[in-house]
Amino acid sequence: MAPPPLDVDRILADPGVRIVVCCGAGGVGKTTTAAALALRAAEQHGRRTVVLTIDPARRLAQSLGLNELDNTPRQVKGIDVEGSGGELHAMMLDMKRTFDDVVLQHTDPAKAAEIFANPFYQAMSSTFAGTQEYMAMEKLGQLHARGEWDLIVVDTPPSRSALDFLDAPARLSRFLDGRMLRLLLAPARTGGRSMFTLVTASFGMFSKVVQKVLGAQLLTDLSGFVAALDSMFGGFRQRAEQTYRILQARETAFLLVAAPEPDAVREAAYFASRLGEEKMPLAGLVLNRVHRPAADLGAAESLAAAERLAEAGGHEGTADVLRAHAALAQQAVREQQVAQRFTEAFPTVPTASVTAQPADVHDVDGLRTIGAAISRP
Amino acid sequence: MRAAEQQAGPAGTRWSARLHVVTGKGGTGKSSVAAALALALAADGRRTLLVEVEGRQGIAQLFGTDPLPYSERHLADAPGGGEVRALAVDAEEALLEYLDMFYKLGAAGRALRKLGAIDFATTIAPGLRDVLLTGKVKEATTRTAGQRRTYDAVVLDAPPTGRIGRFLNVTAETARLAKVGPIKTQSEGVAALLRSPMTAVHVVTLLEEMPVQETVDAIADLTSLGFGVGRVIVNATRPPIPAGRVVQADELRAGLLAAGLPADERTVTGLATEARDQAVRRELEDSLRTDLVELGVPLTELPLLPDGVDRAGLDRLAEALVRAD
Repeated sequence: MAPPPLDVDRILADPGVRIVVCCGAGGVGKTTTAAALALRAAEQHGRRTVVLTIDPARRLAQSLGLNELDNTPRQVKGIDVEGSGGELHAMMLDMKRTFDDVVLQHTDPAKAAEIFANPFYQAMSSTFAGTQEYMAMEKLGQLHARGEWDLIVVDTPPSRSALDFLDAPARLSRFLDGRMLRLLLAPARTGGRSMFTLVTASFGMFSKVVQKVLGAQLLTDLSGFVAALDSMFGGFRQRAEQTYRILQARETAFLLVAAPEPDAVREAAYFASRLGEEKMPLAGLVLNRVHRPAADLGAAESLAAAERLAEAGGHEGTADVLRAHAALAQQAVREQQVAQRFTEAFPTVPTASVTAQPADVHDVDGLRTIGAAISRP
Repeated sequence: MRAAEQQAGPAGTRWSARLHVVTGKGGTGKSSVAAALALALAADGRRTLLVEVEGRQGIAQLFGTDPLPYSERHLADAPGGGEVRALAVDAEEALLEYLDMFYKLGAAGRALRKLGAIDFATTIAPGLRDVLLTGKVKEATTRTAGQRRTYDAVVLDAPPTGRIGRFLNVTAETARLAKVGPIKTQSEGVAALLRSPMTAVHVVTLLEEMPVQETVDAIADLTSLGFGVGRVIVNATRPPIPAGRVVQADELRAGLLAAGLPADERTVTGLATEARDQAVRRELEDSLRTDLVELGVPLTELPLLPDGVDRAGLDRLAEALVRAD
């Protein structure tokens, strides 16, 4: 059973597609794929494209002219857009800076300085599990709202699980809208019903415990932080929901990126079913690092021949090449079996297989090769 | 030499630490390596604990068991009668356990959880979460029953290289938030264990550019923070491709004919292309291996498990780890 082929060029050329989201497990070449697709959209399809990368390899970042992490898109020079009239811009997400910008937008400088100095803000803006995912969404929302680009290609954070990317906005807004925040803001307002009394009682106890365990200064810092958040992030959930709706819209195309390895394929399958549940448009699967023998000789046949040569003596070079070919052919068969698991579960998802490159990609030429390989699987 | 014949520790001096922290870039297989190490160190009648802290249920997936609860459960038998137990540490549970130990919260603790207070506390102060997680690991590492330690070794499937420094550097993170009190004391105790010779941090990598770069960065980071780096473990290595000279097309054609194989143009150029690609790959791997050797940290290579990681595969990795020199 073969999956339908993925026509990446149709997606990249479609003026109705404004956002391409690349998602998948860590270490499968997500960032490279995102950069290669963005380059292709600019060079081949004349689109004004921006690629939002999360954590690119140093040399890949340099090849895109991203020498500093300044959180704004920079135009990539030295690419071939003369014929197409497209443009490529690239940026690297700076999570803390994006968070700081959100604060600055919603408050005056004095108040912002106070928030920046709060230890809870510092902890949360740099280490909160999900902040990176949330800020990637925030940045996507911002880029989309600016309306300057025909196409935004997004790389997703190397989360502990690819699902965090979808869940983080909801989790963060749930947290910010949560009962705890309200309780901290107005612990005295509750009362009356017995349940509330219990809640208030245990909350009083909670703050007593916190005070004992962490000290009183911490509670002061905490309530300062919470009060600041509350005034600022009134629209936080609204923004998260807005971005979420954009992701569901026809203008978005999700591309799963995987390698033909059991874990990565399992993650891709998990993500595919999740996108279905969330009614988000899955455009296809890009299967990276697929090994394909260039010669048409079976593994067993090659090994047997290598043995014969070894016995007869001479032709050592050929014997080595045949052994290496046998290993490659075996690997290719195993990879097909692994990929088949995805196809069996999602037979209608179009797939592009990209042959493994002998060396890592870290220049524009390499990205161009990858882009061509994705579109001509 | 087998583990049991070594006198110095669970598997000889090379794995002499009691707490093994295993980190690595995502996708390098650090969870498999952690599991294999727990098996290796449990061999011959020893007992080890394999701990995960990220709520991924990676151990359960590896061993094909039901999701692990927050309690130490038998996970697997090791060769020679040893036992690996597993624990998925959950920050909320650890906080409740901790509060209960010091403040006897009981039902009030459950009410706090219902309210989301625990989630809130660990969310707003990630450093608090980490000190709870590492605190539990410390407790298991140092626990004794009678005269004997409960575990011969504890293996922690730790957060990835990008977060490992911050995760282990608990004192710095909590000091920002808690200037006094038991949390501060707790984090100092944890820090002392993590920086002692009892703890070794192992970094798992692949012979690929980015994982190697992250390994180099992580080791610099860990060293400057005062943590002892144990080993660099190169995972999923392929058997070495024969070195050397490029095989020319004419030579290939003659060889194929001698072996009784088709020697048409397509087969010859195909094989020549493969050989060239492999040579490029080999050269890259050699240069990455050199980068790793230059770190001056002991290097252990583990074979690629072509059929994915199952129990038989983990045993193979465990054996390779025991044999590590």
